[in-house]
Amino acid sequence: MTESGSASAAHSDASSPLAGWGKVLGIFGLLVAIVVTTGAMNPRFFGAENLENVLQRTALFGIIGIGAAFPIVTAGIDLSIGSVIALVATSLPLLLEAGVPAGAAVVLVLVLAASLGVIHGLLITRLGLQPFVVTLCGLLVYRGVARYIVDDQTMGFGSSHDGLRSLATGRPFSIGALDVPAPALVLVAVAVLAAVFLGRSVWGRWMLALGRNPVAARYAGVPVERVTILAYVICSLLAGVGGVLFALDVNSVQPASMGNFYELYAIAAAVLGGCSLRGGEGSILGVVLGAAVMRLLYNSIVLLGIPSQLEFAIVGGVLLLGAVADEVVRRLAEARRARERARARTERTT
Amino acid sequence: MTARLSARGLVRRFPGVLALGGVDLDAGSGEVVALVGENGAGKSTLLKCLAGLEQPDEGSMTYEGGVWAPRSTAEAASGGVALVHQELCLAENLSAAENIGLGREPRRGWLPLVDRQALRERAAHALERVGAAFGPDVKVERLAAGQRQLVEIAKGIDQDARVLILDEPTSSLTSKETSRLFELVHQLRANGITVLYVSHRLTEILELADRAFVLRDGQNAGHLTRDQLTREAMVRLMVGRDLAAPVARAEAGGVSSAPVLELRELVTDAFPAAAVDLQVRPGELVGLAGLVGAGRTELLETVFGLRAPVSGEVRVDGQPERFRGPRDAARAGLALVPEDRKLQGLLLEEGVRVNTALATLDRRRRRGLVDGAAERAVAAAQVERLGVRTAGIEQVVQTLSGGNQQKVVVGRWLAAEPTILLMDEPTRGVDVGAREELYLLLERLASEGLAVLFASSDMEELLRLSDRVVVLHDGQITGTLDRSVATEEAVMELATGGGSRIEGATT
Repeated sequence: MTESGSASAAHSDASSPLAGWGKVLGIFGLLVAIVVTTGAMNPRFFGAENLENVLQRTALFGIIGIGAAFPIVTAGIDLSIGSVIALVATSLPLLLEAGVPAGAAVVLVLVLAASLGVIHGLLITRLGLQPFVVTLCGLLVYRGVARYIVDDQTMGFGSSHDGLRSLATGRPFSIGALDVPAPALVLVAVAVLAAVFLGRSVWGRWMLALGRNPVAARYAGVPVERVTILAYVICSLLAGVGGVLFALDVNSVQPASMGNFYELYAIAAAVLGGCSLRGGEGSILGVVLGAAVMRLLYNSIVLLGIPSQLEFAIVGGVLLLGAVADEVVRRLAEARRARERARARTERTT
Repeated sequence: MTARLSARGLVRRFPGVLALGGVDLDAGSGEVVALVGENGAGKSTLLKCLAGLEQPDEGSMTYEGGVWAPRSTAEAASGGVALVHQELCLAENLSAAENIGLGREPRRGWLPLVDRQALRERAAHALERVGAAFGPDVKVERLAAGQRQLVEIAKGIDQDARVLILDEPTSSLTSKETSRLFELVHQLRANGITVLYVSHRLTEILELADRAFVLRDGQNAGHLTRDQLTREAMVRLMVGRDLAAPVARAEAGGVSSAPVLELRELVTDAFPAAAVDLQVRPGELVGLAGLVGAGRTELLETVFGLRAPVSGEVRVDGQPERFRGPRDAARAGLALVPEDRKLQGLLLEEGVRVNTALATLDRRRRRGLVDGAAERAVAAAQVERLGVRTAGIEQVVQTLSGGNQQKVVVGRWLAAEPTILLMDEPTRGVDVGAREELYLLLERLASEGLAVLFASSDMEELLRLSDRVVVLHDGQITGTLDRSVATEEAVMELATGGGSRIEGATT
């Protein structure tokens, strides 16, 4: 009995990385369940064309979802993603029309996107404004600017930039009957870089730390301002990459509607994938799976003939279920640990 | 004397923890009974049972000759047993009177309206009895910690409490407020009220208590009457053993060695009119004393680059430094263990490894990536060196005791191999046992050549550790006392800004 205090602490909590993997496994299970049910109810699901389509959309939304995860990890948020996409998607054809070479145009719009992130980060760290407010203003401002610079005209690339367009529409290689879309390769590259950055790099670890406790991070010598700014730069830059690919993919950019609500899809993918809005938690693999689940849900709604008006209701419902399941699992695990501790204690005393 | 309030064989179980394992307690009228024990010894649970916040699983309590089994604090309070919380639970937006009458407001007849006049009168009477220098209408948010506590006690008085439970009442009080509280306790005792007094500060217990019950691991470890009541007796019962003797340290540093840390006319933003000159040599333990708000924390934070100095300079190894943030300070060989480890120190949801590595991640990188093996090795080494009691380096720090949490923060900075260690309240919220371990550690580190500058409100700690005590008052150094002349009286004299400079002053 003498050691009850310290001994009970010694038996407690599983380490945090394991808890993170649990979430990824959970979302992967959900993904498998959707694939199996949809496939069973409509065999067309497994058709090469359908899978390619799902893969293409997952890749595009996965890229912006990974971006959204970074501010969330710092306990912030970026609501401007959709409008950054619109701004990039209208600027790119505009630059090309003005005769800027394709490569330079892409670099220019990405620099533009990244500098918007710098502005967000500076406003948040130097002025101490709330991320929600800063990026909400971004959402409104960039949309307005995007519509203004092209006078609300629908923009496209016509048939003159096929080389560039193949970034989004190309199918560089095949696996069996499945032609793998080029954006999927971009997603893999982005995801690997992001995962290594967040999980293994010093800057990523700092980002997770300041998401947990910004004050403690600062006292421990973490360059909190620079790390925060970087999170918003990564988010806007990936929104820019997404904007380029979305524009090249659809080839018909409507400034008023391009990217509408995409920030919410991106945030939903990140949250579904295990990022906590309280900050300090997130896995890139989870975000990619989260984006895939969102696109698969949309795909099954189409394939199973569910009225498409229900799309938001279903996505919202699944997100809510995920959040509830996460909480229930957490509480069950806690109760089980408490019971184990109690048993360990009674065994010692008897 | 028959006991007014007593408990027999109280048992309280929580999932996995036996908080109380059959505890007895007696408290008579007109006496101050102290309850002593380390964190987790069961003091709080016992108090909560007495005050109706928790119900015991087994055992019995009696109060004024009858069975005592309150189901809520309201029930306990209306019976005459009032608990004044460690962290005061007052509605800050309401007035003192409204807080005193909260939940028991006098009504206007049958209407659901508060009879404000009656409430004010009742509150004014209760405040007068506790000797408050403020009226019933003042908003609680405008009151200092000590005054808020008077509101809490007045609330108990207003309910005609015959047993008043004070849980760590002085933890957030200035020394002036503390001595006023003591007067009040004496006065309450004279009026026949039973005071149950819980505190970590053994000096207070020696001064106030008629008897003390010592708890350890949820059991009665012993009972000390007034004539048996000594610090050694209490500590021995609390920890269940005698504490190790202090490390015999050679006269620190050697007078010849050059200061590793030097403050020249340093002016902090908190006290723009006060310039501080201070030197710390390798191997020296320098204590910063002063009342709450004397500018100790601000000084340490300015040295560490968390605040920009208004003017003056910080020199490390004789070189003037301009720190733009803690990062620069850490690079120059400084480390700061902050005052509030939950807010400023730890990532509570992360493990020991992540917390220990945080300050040195970038020093141990390989090609930009965190070197996982090195990180684990560093964490394991600090756990070993500091004797952190943990199931492993992945255990979440939230589940560690206060002392072990503090060791994790210290280990984080020792991993950075600093030459100057700054500590703000090194043992706040740390058990007596772990406190002693930290003292021994600091003494050992100093004997190995580390320069330590620490701020403390704990007089025993200051006198125990310091080679020199530097006393601050309103941001100004009012005196420096060498170990040989540092006494509690001398420090207090300087801390209250009173008196002439004392011998040994170097300012």
